[in-house]
Amino acid sequence: MNMAVPVRIPTVLRPLAGGEKVVEASPGSLADVFAEIERRHPGLGERLRAEDGGLHPYVNVFVGDEDARYLDGLDTAVADGVEVSIIPAVAGG
Amino acid sequence: MSLQPPGGTPLVRLERLSPNPDVAIYAKLEWFLPTGSVKDRVAAAMLSRAEDDGVVGPGAKIIEPTSGNTGIALARLAMLRGYALTVVIPENVSPERKELLGSFGASVVSTPGELGSNGAIAHAEELAAGGDYVMLHQYVNPANPDVHYRTTGPEILAELDRVDVFVAGLGTGGTLMGVGRALREAHPGVQVVAAEPPAGETLMGLRSLDDGYRPPVFDPAAIDAKILVRPRDAIAMTRRLLHEEGLFAGLSAGAAVHAAARWATKLERGTVVTLLPDAGWKYLSTGIWTGTLDQAVAHLADQLYF
Repeated sequence: MNMAVPVRIPTVLRPLAGGEKVVEASPGSLADVFAEIERRHPGLGERLRAEDGGLHPYVNVFVGDEDARYLDGLDTAVADGVEVSIIPAVAGG
Repeated sequence: MSLQPPGGTPLVRLERLSPNPDVAIYAKLEWFLPTGSVKDRVAAAMLSRAEDDGVVGPGAKIIEPTSGNTGIALARLAMLRGYALTVVIPENVSPERKELLGSFGASVVSTPGELGSNGAIAHAEELAAGGDYVMLHQYVNPANPDVHYRTTGPEILAELDRVDVFVAGLGTGGTLMGVGRALREAHPGVQVVAAEPPAGETLMGLRSLDDGYRPPVFDPAAIDAKILVRPRDAIAMTRRLLHEEGLFAGLSAGAAVHAAARWATKLERGTVVTLLPDAGWKYLSTGIWTGTLDQAVAHLADQLYF
């Protein structure tokens, strides 16, 4: 079986994902992953982008356990079975 | 008399927790400060600057949003200096925090737990807009990163000849910014790594991503990487700190050490420094030391801990 990439969806975006906590995509770049979840769940992939096409400023996307902003951004490679986590930006302190 | 930020906390090597024998992990134990957290530095620095600027004086009413430690540290100073302090805090923090605030004489305003610290910040800003309060605003106040630049960073540099990586939890970003800047000036190649707890996943009340918050204190371009630390990993490392190093640390400390150990696996050799913001006392009711890891993770769900 072809391993997929699990994408963890935060509560705030689950209505756009049919209520699912995790949606699946195929390996590729992070941009590919977003494009695929946009095809499967219209509106969801787009919601993760800023108006200029980059990552939404209030979303942190982790590939495995590393923030994609500090990897290669939307060009970050997402391998088979590596989890992508979408986390809203919040404060602590 | 002018307030001086406290400091001089111990820096200890975590002999048993580095996954790489050629990487030394050092931890700065911030629970040695007066109210038991790193926020004693920040509270003193912010209040001192506000007094010097004449923004806070006799009879002042101060308001501050916090998930706990900053409020507790400010409450002690407000009590000593005769100010009235109102703390705006999410309702789903551990009860120990609210009890400490009450004992130190602060008034507590709770905000909905599902909005997390973002909700507390928004509500405190609303209350402060009426003009009755002075808000020190740790998320915005440059005195927050500055005190780490002036005290925490130099304390680390005084004890270690070499620092390759600094890892700290991301709350306001003050520690990462201030310590990171101080360390980089001495060792230009140092990597600054943030440990981020996935709190946003449990914030049911976030209506849209646009309700998110990035503290103005935090400049994302000033760090080199960010590691996601899930509650299970934070709890597991908090337990290892106690069982293997004899350090009774809080959960955000466990998260920071998890990220430090994770980064140690990526280095061939070197020195990683991290900061343990507080001790375990305020987390006893969260049950993180009790039962299996699964039970502890389930018990912690929906609680705000950083």
